[in-house]
This record gives sequence, structure tokens and C-alpha cells, in this order.
Amino acid sequence: MTGHLVTLDQIFVVIKHWLLGFVPGALQPISSAILSVVPVVIAFPLLFAITTVLERKGLGRMQNRYGPNRAGWFGILQPMADGIKSLTKEDIVPKTADQLVHFLAPVVMVIASFLVYAVVPIGRNMVIADLNAGVLFFFAIGSMVELSVFMAGWSSHSKYSLLGAMRAIAQMISYEMPLVLASVVVIMAAGSLSTVTIVNMQAGYTGIWPHWYLFTPWGIIGFVIFMIAATAESNRCPFDMPEGESEIIAGYFIEYSGFKFALFFLAEYLGMFATSAMAITFFLGGWSAPFSFLTWIPSYFWFFAKLLTIICAFIWVRGTLPRLRMDQLMNFAWKFMLPLSLINIVGAGIWHFMPAGFTRWGVVSLLLALSCVLLSRGLRRNKWFHVRTYRFAS
Amino acid sequence: MTISFLLLAAITIIGTAAAMTLKNLVHCVLALSLGLVGLAALYMQLGAQFVGFTQILVYVGAVAILAAFAIMMTRSADPAVSHVVSSFRASGALIAILVFAVLAWATISGTSAQPILTAAPESSVGQVGAALMHRFVLPLEVIGLLLTAALIGAGILAMDEHRGNQNRGTR
Repeated sequence: MTGHLVTLDQIFVVIKHWLLGFVPGALQPISSAILSVVPVVIAFPLLFAITTVLERKGLGRMQNRYGPNRAGWFGILQPMADGIKSLTKEDIVPKTADQLVHFLAPVVMVIASFLVYAVVPIGRNMVIADLNAGVLFFFAIGSMVELSVFMAGWSSHSKYSLLGAMRAIAQMISYEMPLVLASVVVIMAAGSLSTVTIVNMQAGYTGIWPHWYLFTPWGIIGFVIFMIAATAESNRCPFDMPEGESEIIAGYFIEYSGFKFALFFLAEYLGMFATSAMAITFFLGGWSAPFSFLTWIPSYFWFFAKLLTIICAFIWVRGTLPRLRMDQLMNFAWKFMLPLSLINIVGAGIWHFMPAGFTRWGVVSLLLALSCVLLSRGLRRNKWFHVRTYRFAS
Repeated sequence: MTISFLLLAAITIIGTAAAMTLKNLVHCVLALSLGLVGLAALYMQLGAQFVGFTQILVYVGAVAILAAFAIMMTRSADPAVSHVVSSFRASGALIAILVFAVLAWATISGTSAQPILTAAPESSVGQVGAALMHRFVLPLEVIGLLLTAALIGAGILAMDEHRGNQNRGTR
């Protein structure tokens, strides 16, 4: 890379150090922290605003309608309008609600959703905290979201919100296991729990092809498991049982109004971005370019390009797949995802100890493909499809 | 004794004290998880990141959620009326005093009470993993076996109940 391209890549780091130069020495640590945190706290809510438009327009196209097109040019100012609307709405708290817990639930949820971004490597040398146990930090903070879901559902004192919270927690606990186990293979391969080290391990190239963990048999399976579990963790379609509109209206945040509702919405999307960012870090090489001849493009651009691609895939899935039933959801988690992710760990171990070459590709691929087929057959056992007869319709 | 230590200690003590004194069970669970988060923060302040994060992951993410889930499944949403002061207070106080005495004795007589002059040892996740895989591999395996047995036992219990319900349904 030539000089000015390196500067472009590191422009945010350079600006931060330049700004730090104006601060007296005693205040340097805290101002350094603020200068790292503030851009992240601004950038991801902005991404949230863009995603809401993208999602409503995209879903509109898939459902053969226009989507928002009144506020601004092609509806681009719709998030502003939504924000002003939710800020000016009356904040209604149910009379029988547990006032303190009802107030704290969205606060805890938003704090947990933002804390997770501390370990996300956005670009080269661009991470808020390179923690020794960064991956563990991500999952630990993610588990706090479950607690806030419970707080919201219980404190509202409504049967719909309680049902929604129970569904959400059952689903989150079930899918957290495959989520963690799918990332274990990456930790095994990288030999580190630090997100920065994991990305650095994938930053090399063979010819023009990158060393991403996606391009290994266990990496593909791990990525697919991780993305399915991430969809379930962020309560998105086809796993949006906790907020099934047709059954329990809006789930655990039904009794929230005004900006508290908007905070739940924000936290849900921030959680989705964070798990997608982790999938990028684990399997898609973080901020590294997809081809060796494209490394001159700044690293943060690649990170956000990958993130937007995954978000588009999420929207596509939401517009395509119908909602699962509760028993299907649980069976899928415990009888398919969990065994497959365990076998995937064995596969990654075999891969590690076999000499590099086509044999290990063949052996590990065969193992994983065979277990995929057998597990999906086991899932379908005794459940062959028949022509459904309706008692009163036919 | 820094300000951050005092703050974290206050959060931990207030959280655990509230967990014992509050009337509503769900409030107790939430207060307990606050205390556990405070404890995890104390671990992290001592430089033990791994232990701190594991504390949050296991106790807040699993134990507190499980307790909350159990309360939701078994009780109505109404606050349960229960006495804060239990009838076992004499024996409870005795046990608490004994445990405190043992812990205080261990802390005071232990080597860690003396100020450490050498640099703090570098504790990383890698070292924890190496210790688990080399020196403590047998305890780890034994605990793994125990947990697997517990998991299978729980599965069998749930399965039998399910089958019984089915039989009752068909009869």
C-alpha cells in the first residue's frame, strides 16, 4: 500500500491522536475512551435508521407494494419522522405495572446492546477494547439482554407480554447454545478469545484468495449455524415467535409506548448488527478485503459492506420465510443445530490434526455432510407429509 | 481502596442485601443478579477478566434467568406474599457466623493478606485453558461426566412425565 492510502485507511485513528494532542496529560485516558466510544454510538444508530428504511422498502418490494415514500426524497427521511413521532408521543405506563422494573427494562437492554460493540473490530486498529477474552465478553453481555426481556415482560403485568417474554427467553436460551458452539471452532482455529487476533489470523492471502474461516468445511457449517442462531437470538423472522403479531400482538414490549418502544426497537436492531458483526469477525475475516488486489480500499469500508450484505440477507429471509411453530423451533434447536455444532467441533479438530491437502478437505466434508443428512432425516422421522383434510371445509 | 472498588463493593452489597430483604420474589432475583454483576466487576478490577465474564455468563445469563423462568412457570404474576424473616433464623445466623469466621480466618492468615511486592502475574485466558487441560484435566472430566449424568437424568424425568400425560390422554 502506498503512503496516502495507508493514511486513508487509518484516518480515524490519525484524527483521534491529533485530537488527543490538545488534551492535557491527566485527561488523556478518559478522552481517549470518549473519542473511541462516541463514533460507535453515533454510527450504529445511524445504520439502524438506514436499515429501517431499507427493510420497509425492501419488504414492500417483495410484497408488491411501495413502502414508505412520503417523507423526503423516496422516503429517505422516514426514520426522522418516526423518531420525532415516538419522541412526542405520550409515555403510558400501565397502572398495575411494576413502575421501577418497567422503567429499567429498556434502559438495561439498550446499555447491554451498546456494550457489546466494545469488542467489535470495525477496521484495522479500530476497536474500542482489545480484550483478552473478547468473545466471552460478547456472549456474557448478550446474556444480559435476556434478563431485560424478562424484566420487560414480567413488569408490564399483562398476559401477552408475559407469554412473549417466556417464548423469547426459551428461544434465546435454546439458540444461545449453537451460537456459542459454532464460534468455538473459530476459537480453536485461531487459538485466541480476542476478536482482534481472530481477525488478524484471517488477514493473509493465498494467491488472490483470503484465509477466511468461511472457506473451510467446518467454517461453512459454523457460519450457517451461527447465522441461523443469530436470527433466532435477535427474534427475527422466521423465528419471531416472541412477537408473533397474530397471536400475542407484540410480545414482551406490548405495554411500552412512545420512546421506550423505540428503544426496544433500537436495541433489537443493535443486537442484530452486533451478532452479524461477530459473524463477520469469526468467519468472514472481519475488516479484511475479499481479494488481495482490493486491499487498497480502507478496512472499515469492507466491514460495513459485509455488514450491509448480511442485513440485506436478513431482510430477504424475513420477506421469504413463514414463521415457525414453537415445537418446530425447539426441535430444530435441540435435535439438529446442537448435535451438528458438536460434530462440527470434532470436524474442526480432525482438520487441525490432519496434514494440509485434499484428503482433509474430503474427510471433514464427508463427515459434516453425512451428519447433516442423517440429522435432518432424524428430525423428519415419523413426520411424512400427507394431504391435509379439513373436517368442515371439504 | 480506590473509589471504583468502594463503588463496586457498595453495588454488590446493596444487591445481595436487597435479594434477601425484598418481598417480591422477582425483585429478589433481579437484585441478586445486580449483586452478581457487581461481583463480576470486582473480579475484572482485580485483572481476572476471564473469571469476571464467566461469572456474568453463568450466573446472570443462566442461573438468574433460570430462577426467573421457574418463577414465571410456577407462580402467577401477582407478587407472592412471604415472610422475610424465616423461622430458621437462629440456626441460619449460626451458620452465617461460622462461615464468616472461617473465611475471615483464611483471609487474615493467608499469604495474600501480606502486600505483594513483585509484579502481578500475567493472567490470560490461555493460562486458564492450559491449566484446565494439563494439571486439572481429571477434575474437569469428572465434572463433565457429572453434568452429563444430570442432563440425561433431567431428560429422562421430563420424558416419563410426557409419556404419562399421553397415556392419561388416550385413556
